[in-house]
Amino acid sequence: MAPPEHPDAQPALDARLCLRRGDFTLDVTLRVRPGEILALLGPNGAGKSSALRALAGLDPLTEGHVRVDGRDRTRTPVEDRPVGVVFQDYLLFPHMSALDNVAFGPRRRGLSRVAARARAAELLAHMNLAEYARTRPRRLSGGQAQRVALARALAVRPRLLLMDEPMAALDAGTRVDVRARLRRLLEGFDGATVLVTHDPLDAMVLADRVAVVEEGRVVQEGTPAEVARRPRTAYVARLVGLNLFRGTAEGTTVTVGPTEPEGPARVEVHQAHHGPVLVAFPPRAVALYTRRPHGSPRNVWRLTVEGVERFGDQVRLYLTGRPSLTADISPAALAELGLDRGDRVWAQVKAAEVECYPG
Amino acid sequence: MRRGRFPWILVLPALTGLAFLVLPLTGLLVRAPWSTMGDRVTEPEVLTALWLSLSTATVATVVSLLLGVPLAWLLARAEFPGRRLVRALVTVPLVIPPVVGGVALLLVLGRNGVLGRHLDTWFGITVPFTPVAVVLAQVFVAMPFLVISVEGALRGSDRRYEEAAATLGAGRVAVFAHVTLPLVLPGIGAGAALCWARALGEFGATITFAGNFPGTTQTMPLAVYVAMQRDPEAAIVLSLVLLLVCVVVLATLRERWIDP
Repeated sequence: MAPPEHPDAQPALDARLCLRRGDFTLDVTLRVRPGEILALLGPNGAGKSSALRALAGLDPLTEGHVRVDGRDRTRTPVEDRPVGVVFQDYLLFPHMSALDNVAFGPRRRGLSRVAARARAAELLAHMNLAEYARTRPRRLSGGQAQRVALARALAVRPRLLLMDEPMAALDAGTRVDVRARLRRLLEGFDGATVLVTHDPLDAMVLADRVAVVEEGRVVQEGTPAEVARRPRTAYVARLVGLNLFRGTAEGTTVTVGPTEPEGPARVEVHQAHHGPVLVAFPPRAVALYTRRPHGSPRNVWRLTVEGVERFGDQVRLYLTGRPSLTADISPAALAELGLDRGDRVWAQVKAAEVECYPG
Repeated sequence: MRRGRFPWILVLPALTGLAFLVLPLTGLLVRAPWSTMGDRVTEPEVLTALWLSLSTATVATVVSLLLGVPLAWLLARAEFPGRRLVRALVTVPLVIPPVVGGVALLLVLGRNGVLGRHLDTWFGITVPFTPVAVVLAQVFVAMPFLVISVEGALRGSDRRYEEAAATLGAGRVAVFAHVTLPLVLPGIGAGAALCWARALGEFGATITFAGNFPGTTQTMPLAVYVAMQRDPEAAIVLSLVLLLVCVVVLATLRERWIDP
């Protein structure tokens, strides 16, 4: 990879993307430092792919700007933007070999055929794909095709790398390896990277920073660890597998869900807060008892079992009441408790297990 | 087909249709003067007409490709007012009788035609009743087949490949040349084959606009028509030659395009 051309002082990408199409409005602001990987995480139809297309110049902005390395690219046509795109399904040209796919960009941007092919061969070798240079895309595995697509995008020496659902075209069995490998390859890139995904695991493993996009807006932004530990919306909480409640803190007591049909509940936390907060705890932090437990934990609620299903090597119980939550216990524990739909149960969570943060 | 009774109501008309298409060709083979075939086929008149047909049909196909592929691209990819009307206009030559097309060409490019008059007085060019007129008549009737076929292929192709090419620095012309065209090559091949076959068989517009002069404008179909009136056996021979050429050429192309 080329050495960094710019100091870290200014963001490699500085963009405000406004798009209005019918009922749908997208309005997001993105800043990415050189070498940083930002993941846009969100449900289908949230506007992530629209944001990516706008950054690439494939769709015009209704309003806003795109600055790459400090230069305004808002009105630069697609073919002149310093941008490389790895598309969903990769979109490798089926009538060209892997080498010609990678050489396509440099060739179009003015390199001679020989120089373009030399750069392509170098990139393929870097991706550990030298022996597949003459292979047609349809003969490549998913992971290989992804690396060829990445090589093709990097071959134009972009300052901004865009990846649209880079893992979606892969079968589940190969994802873990391919993801780890992609992370290593991306570490060599010194420009800004924006990747779009609906899979929290992709975001956690690949990105330095996560922006959660819902209904055309960024609802939360932070490091993967922050987002995973302190989700701000029900969508993120579900993605990262946490119970999340919005409430009002008064010292170490939080009143949550006053608007829910079951009425408000009280959650005890270990640090004092005041005003609107979010509280989150993992389903495995919930212990269940058929009789009221005694002892120190102060979070004890009487709830009703709404549903039971397998969840990995655990069993997940959906409990309703004040508050409604999910709990993961072992199959042995379930057998011992003898719980079924409609049964009443005592749920207990230690205050130390509950994350509480300003909402 | 696996369950229930044999579907006679479909199979009977299907077989009748097949017989109707195949029987006339069989008749041609049965009635052919096989004993004198060798001599008749190599007669200079036959060879001249055959050569004229093959060369004009090929030139007409090349012209149709050069003009028709960009036209198909325009219809499939560009947004402009009146596009539906343009598409309708392109298909007009498909539905009007070729003789009418010949008359229309004559009115435009004839010695007294709208354009032909100026071509004649300014450049001394006379189009009608020349091999050029044969080619023009063939392009007029055959190009729509190519345009329709290529437009269909363009509409069916995945445009996201074109976007991918654009992000790699390809302008519209480069995208078209390096990505769009190769991806729709099978469609273009099929369209060109249809176009060539239609040009080879062209009769009505040719005889009206280009005339029927042996050696310059008398193509195989015209030769068949003329021969039919004084020497039916010669007509059979000519027809068989035409049939053979079509089958060989289209079979070759088909193999090539279907399994690239």
